[in-house]
Amino acid sequence: MMASSYNAKEDDGHPSVATGHGGAGTVKNKKPDNTAFKQQRLPAWQPILTAGTVLPAFFVIGLIFIPIGIGLFVTSNNIKEFEIDYTGVDISSPCFNCSQNYIWNSTTPCTCTLPFKLEQPFESNVFMYYGLSNFYQNHRRYVKSRDDSQLNGDQTSLKNPSKECEPYRTSDNRPIAPCGAIANSLFNDTLELFYIDPNGSKNAIPLVKKGIAWWTDKNVKFRNPGGNDNLTVVFKDTSKPVNWRKPVYELDPLDSGNNGFINEDFIVWMRTAALPTFRKLYRIIQKKTNNMTPTLPRGDYILEVTYNYPVRSFEGRKRMILSTISWMGGKNPFLGIAYITVGSVCFFLGIVLLIIHHKYGNRNNSADIPN
Amino acid sequence: MFKKRPPPEEERRVRANDREYNEKFQYASNCIMTSKYNVITFLPVNLFEQFQEVANTYFLFLLILQLIPQISSLSWFTTIVPLVLVLSITAVKDATDDYFRHKSDNQVNNRQSQVVIHGSLQKEKWMNVRVGDVIKLENNQFVAADLLLLSSSEPHSLCYIETAELDGETNMKVRQSLSVTAELGDPNNLASFNGEVVCEPPNNKLDRFCGLLYWRETKYPLSNQNMLLRGCVLRNTEYCYGLVIFAGPDTKLMQNSGRTKFKRTSIDRLMNTLVLWIFCFLVCMGVILAVGNAVWEVEVGSRFHSFLAWDLPVDNFLFSAFLSFWSYVIILNTVVPISLYVSVEVIRLGHSYFINWDRQMYCPQCNTAAEARTTTLNEELGQVEYIFSDKTGTLTQNIMSFNKCSISGRAYGEVIDPMAGQPKRLDFSSFNPLADPDFCFYDNSLLESVKLGDPHSHEFFRLLSLCHTVMSEEKKEGELVYKAQSPDEGALVTAARNFGFMFRSRTPGTVTVTELGRPVTYTLLAILDFNNIRKRMSVIVRNPEGRIRLYCKGADTLLFERLHPCNHHLMNVTTDHLNEYAGDGLRTLVLAYRDLSEEQWEEWAENHRQADMSTDCRDDRLAATYEHIEQDMMLLGATAIEDKLQEGVPETIAILSLANIKIWVLTGDKQETAVNIGYSCKMLTDDMTEVFIISGYTVQRVREELRRARERMMDIRGGAEDTGGGRDLPSGGEKQQQCPPPPAPPSSTTLDSISGEFALVINGHSLAHALEADMEGEFVWTACACRAVICCRVTPLQKAQVVELIKKHKKAVTLAIGDGANDVSMIKTAHIGVGISGQEGIQAVLASDYSFSQFRFLQRLLLVHGRWSYLRMCRFLCYFFYKNFAFTMVHFWFGFFCGFSAQTVYDQYFITLYNIVYTSLPVLAMGIFDQDVPEQRSLEYPKLYEPGQLNLLFNKREFFICIAQGIYTSVVLFCVPYAIFSQATQGTGEPLADYQTFAVTTATALVIVVSVQIALDTGYWTVINHFFVWGSLCIFFSIMVAMHSQTLFSIFPQQFHFIGSAQCTLVQPLVWLTITLATVICILPVLAFRFLKLDLKPQLSDTVRYTQLVRQKKRKPAGRCMGGVRGGAVGVAEGRLGARGGSRRSGYAFAHQEGFGELITSGKNMRLSSLALANFASRHSSSWIDTLRKKKHSTTHPPQSASGESSPAPSYVSGSAPPLSNSSSLLGGSQDTPPEDGTRTPPVTLPQMAPGPHINTAPASVQVLSAGILTPTSVRSAGGDSSSGWTLSLGAVQEALIGWRGVAARISGTSSPGLPPNPRKQTTQCEMERQTDGT
Repeated sequence: MMASSYNAKEDDGHPSVATGHGGAGTVKNKKPDNTAFKQQRLPAWQPILTAGTVLPAFFVIGLIFIPIGIGLFVTSNNIKEFEIDYTGVDISSPCFNCSQNYIWNSTTPCTCTLPFKLEQPFESNVFMYYGLSNFYQNHRRYVKSRDDSQLNGDQTSLKNPSKECEPYRTSDNRPIAPCGAIANSLFNDTLELFYIDPNGSKNAIPLVKKGIAWWTDKNVKFRNPGGNDNLTVVFKDTSKPVNWRKPVYELDPLDSGNNGFINEDFIVWMRTAALPTFRKLYRIIQKKTNNMTPTLPRGDYILEVTYNYPVRSFEGRKRMILSTISWMGGKNPFLGIAYITVGSVCFFLGIVLLIIHHKYGNRNNSADIPN
Repeated sequence: MFKKRPPPEEERRVRANDREYNEKFQYASNCIMTSKYNVITFLPVNLFEQFQEVANTYFLFLLILQLIPQISSLSWFTTIVPLVLVLSITAVKDATDDYFRHKSDNQVNNRQSQVVIHGSLQKEKWMNVRVGDVIKLENNQFVAADLLLLSSSEPHSLCYIETAELDGETNMKVRQSLSVTAELGDPNNLASFNGEVVCEPPNNKLDRFCGLLYWRETKYPLSNQNMLLRGCVLRNTEYCYGLVIFAGPDTKLMQNSGRTKFKRTSIDRLMNTLVLWIFCFLVCMGVILAVGNAVWEVEVGSRFHSFLAWDLPVDNFLFSAFLSFWSYVIILNTVVPISLYVSVEVIRLGHSYFINWDRQMYCPQCNTAAEARTTTLNEELGQVEYIFSDKTGTLTQNIMSFNKCSISGRAYGEVIDPMAGQPKRLDFSSFNPLADPDFCFYDNSLLESVKLGDPHSHEFFRLLSLCHTVMSEEKKEGELVYKAQSPDEGALVTAARNFGFMFRSRTPGTVTVTELGRPVTYTLLAILDFNNIRKRMSVIVRNPEGRIRLYCKGADTLLFERLHPCNHHLMNVTTDHLNEYAGDGLRTLVLAYRDLSEEQWEEWAENHRQADMSTDCRDDRLAATYEHIEQDMMLLGATAIEDKLQEGVPETIAILSLANIKIWVLTGDKQETAVNIGYSCKMLTDDMTEVFIISGYTVQRVREELRRARERMMDIRGGAEDTGGGRDLPSGGEKQQQCPPPPAPPSSTTLDSISGEFALVINGHSLAHALEADMEGEFVWTACACRAVICCRVTPLQKAQVVELIKKHKKAVTLAIGDGANDVSMIKTAHIGVGISGQEGIQAVLASDYSFSQFRFLQRLLLVHGRWSYLRMCRFLCYFFYKNFAFTMVHFWFGFFCGFSAQTVYDQYFITLYNIVYTSLPVLAMGIFDQDVPEQRSLEYPKLYEPGQLNLLFNKREFFICIAQGIYTSVVLFCVPYAIFSQATQGTGEPLADYQTFAVTTATALVIVVSVQIALDTGYWTVINHFFVWGSLCIFFSIMVAMHSQTLFSIFPQQFHFIGSAQCTLVQPLVWLTITLATVICILPVLAFRFLKLDLKPQLSDTVRYTQLVRQKKRKPAGRCMGGVRGGAVGVAEGRLGARGGSRRSGYAFAHQEGFGELITSGKNMRLSSLALANFASRHSSSWIDTLRKKKHSTTHPPQSASGESSPAPSYVSGSAPPLSNSSSLLGGSQDTPPEDGTRTPPVTLPQMAPGPHINTAPASVQVLSAGILTPTSVRSAGGDSSSGWTLSLGAVQEALIGWRGVAARISGTSSPGLPPNPRKQTTQCEMERQTDGT
């Protein structure tokens, strides 16, 4: 009612120096828009943890997990697995003598023979692994010590490998191919499997060395420089890794298509393990064409090892594993047990919560709210 | 900015119109530059500024570490990508800000001004104006630089300015030029003006200027009174000329625009502490892993050398461990991700926008929406415990409305019946065509009595139309605008106008009033001006019939003492009415008159003249003469003015106090006014056990009063306990209040139980003592035990001190709200400053963090926005720390299996993108949009606000819970895949436990787990949340597949090692079984825990949320009801006026400064030439001044000059007043702060007359004399002389009441010419005492 404000007077339209507001001249409606977003009224779903939702969830999870766990457990139990340690730590072990040799590159191959017995027949395809323990393939310096472009067949990298490969980058002023610590420490034992017939004759079991690497590794990631033509020429200016006996293009003397960077044993080795104890696929024993006999019938076997790979220095262990495979992979009792346990805990927790809810639960929620 | 500064100026020499001379000093030009960068300097300067932040430097340091190949455990881009992202976002923001600054600089710099060059006016841009130029300013223009006023269009070279931009005061101020320069009328003279000014160097003191003008071999002193400062606006002055003294950055405005202090929230501080802790934790982990590395290198690594040799410079295990430490620092740094700070800023920005967009905080009247001026404080709004509020303009509208009156014993205005609905508003237009249409009054009987010619009513309104210092302005016939110095006066004069006694115009010696359509001109003989001691003002007028009458209005306490004894009965009746009005929270005034005989008048006039002429103790002598004549008055009645509260103030205060927020009112107003407002806005109620008033003047007294208050509280509490407590425990929530025990403490529990029943009113001078170091503890204790605290008569500085005190002692979050320049210090001191916009200038708004236009929006700001912000921020932080610990700690566990070699678990791209892409958006959406309960519920249940005050949602405990959960998750995420994969093989026979498969599985499990967790945490799933949560998952999978694709590998075989991993891994059922298992193991305990908490110990918000759900289910189609629920559950009735109380609260509540009458009688502010005035005055015409004005308009000037005419009165004494009045303006001399605080020198009532005014007073006195001769004298002795008995008895009563001090006060007030401040203080104190006794 009192017109005591001088501001009502006409302004000269100059916005002020200090103010952030615009000039009073423009009469713009500053009323904010009435949109659900700006007024924070977006329609929304507002879930609440109530007994009606939480308790059933517990029971449902329990009821789903327990059968899965049982299924997994049974499947896992049906998988046959055999494991033999051939490190040769014990003096009584056949490989003890070989294992004393700490040197890489020893020219005289040392072989040892381990007999073992399979109590059960192995059906279908059998997978043969070698396992290493206490071997730190996941060590940072180890993991990074490779040059993927060299392995992918890049010519410049072949001649000039990445610095990551140090100290396995050059030898005798020539680039190493393949460079790096991983390649340098390629597992080079040779494992051979013989079946001893009940009549005493020793039958070599055919081991397939193809198809043991990932498809992408074999076909995309690893490539020989300059295609697969004469590898000797391609690698002529390079040096073999220090610990290797043969250059990379002579890895597989039997199959020329399996030489160079695309050698599958090499590829498998280059896929580093996540944990210090690991196994790597070595060979596949194809199931017999006639389904009558199992791939590996029960009985006595001999594992012949050409012992090249020194592990005693770091207290490592070497194993040979034979395993069959189901839809869920190899033998894995832990998963089934874990599922059963979690499922039971869940179910039990559901019951406990139900009891607590019924006994102590605040059920007058909907009643008056203290204010 | 980076120009090298010349050595600091010692003094400034400016010669007018001599650019060459001035140039050699290299003064700053008038070009201002508030921008920080230009195109070239932007990048380096901005980067330099950004790297001053610790976080950024830290990340830069990490980046450098990563460039060392032996250390680098991550690729360089994992750090640089987020860092560059953050830096560029900030840079873009800075650049935008700076662009706008450039724009506004340009706009200001290019404003036109007129410069006198070689005798003619030339247009120049502002930036080209130089020091020493003479420039011309026109009405309503901004002043371009700090100018020395040379001359103006107004008489005596006066010039009116508005300083709202500068100090926030909207009232006008007067500046006057030196008389020697005033004669330099036209540009030609000005061009030849060659005076030289020597003055102080540039500074930021707005109220001070000292310098000398050398001109024509004479020195003239210059003061602030001669200066026009940049930022002011010229008003009511046609034009003026000024000499530029300070330009551009040297102007006082620019010198004052310091950078505001950066405020941090408590969450910020907590976050910084936590980040520091996390950093320590990081170092600890680094050390543990480094030790592990050393051990490993010795035990295993040394024998593993044939497979894995050391890097080149490494030759022993210790060095290896040292490097491994740094490597781990790099990979574990994601526990404090850089995106934390950015996300927090983004969330706050979002919340700020929601505040800006809120329609319910938009005020249609002023067309202003709420504005979050600081975007970094939002969550603190949810933690406020103390609100410090200004009164005028914040709680009240500073609009006074004439509400009720009592005329000779009859009360009017009493028809407001809450049952009858809206009463009919009186329509004055038929009765009085000149009525102010905005005036509201409801009681028809008053109008009737005026119409019927009741002499009392007529005299009543005549008094109102005569006794004031209002200036009128009539642009057109009938369009009358009053310019009142205080809104109270305006309201009274407007009331008189509507009831037919229309004040039309005044000259120094006359007042023209249209009385019921008949113009009457009274001769104004004297104005006995208002001051704070007198608390009354009087005028002595002679009516056309020649009768002399004194009209007086003032505070009841003072006026009743001075009435004629025959008024005894009437006084009793009026006192009853006054009590009633006071109970309604109205501001009351008592009106009285006295008839004077010619002899009495002449005798008094002679006395007065002598007193006026006296040089020593003029004030006291004048006061004594005033005292002498204001005796034996006849009571007319009383007025009651409503100090209109802003809309919804009582409701807001009620809701806020239900939310356990304490509200303190800090006002410059008087105690009575402040208490009145306290009652009307329901801060004080008559139900309160006791209202303590602390008004001691000495330390001892204040201490004693505080102690007594405390003892009373204890006593009453004791009594209440005996009777079982009962109403002493109004709300359970009060218990939560954590008042720490004071130095002399009763236990805090006793304190809790007594709070809520008391109120404390403390005066400024007592507050000064209470704020001293040894007493502040006591004061805080007492004040915090009270439900309401009102501090009156406080200075702006004290306001800040009180806020500081609470900040220091209570460790509580404080909020200060105010609208005027006097609140700026408080607003800046408090954690959160809120400015009320649109009332009193923009100073407060500029200093504030939030601004809106209505006090009631505060409840929405705090209870809705603040609460949500706090909730969201807390949830965000909890989740954020959780997800980063879950993410990072996996590396720690993996360290034990990889020889502590700092090998990462995940793909480096995943590490890069995890925080900025995969998990940032869902949590941002939660942080921005989450709501636990709908907005109307949080207003309905103010208790929902409490968790914020107690800081329950995010504190160190919550933090550790989150961390623990994160670590648990990381353990699960590492162990489950480890246990499953160690022996597992794919369906094709290849082992699963290769590094890449493991990495992909863990990463996928991590992303899924944290997504499920955010889904659990999100309480309000909008479309955006859905989009972000599901989108993030999709983006994760698609990016991963893309990164592992053959295409990318074929381009960069070196960079993308993970080729084929995703495709190969994610088709394995075993992997999915693992992920499911890990997720369930991670989430189950959380789910169970949350359910138990909800089921057994639900929070209020949970309950409200649950009820909401139930309600929604019940009536699905009802939809969401919107709109205000103000008062819904709280049930505060919309009562304009409170319940009638027993306590008497009245006050002469003029927000008034004395000396205004002086300006009127001197006529200095009148535009008319003195000659014309004298001529016309003798000719005497009823509306001669109107005729004159019309004539002047039509002949000479366009209407613009009319607005300048009869210019609104400036707020202080006279043109030549010392700079004192300006000092008050700097300190915030709005009406809240009367100029008589102890810290300041007492105002000089009557200044030494400058040469100008002298010329002008002469005709006025001539006129007075002539009027005195012309009109016949009739003396009506109203009361006779029989009054002495009554006066005596009254005096006796008074003396009994106030003791010897009162006597002393009276003596010194009446006769003694002693020390000026003394009587004032004592009288005030006497009143206080009476007040205390009354309550």
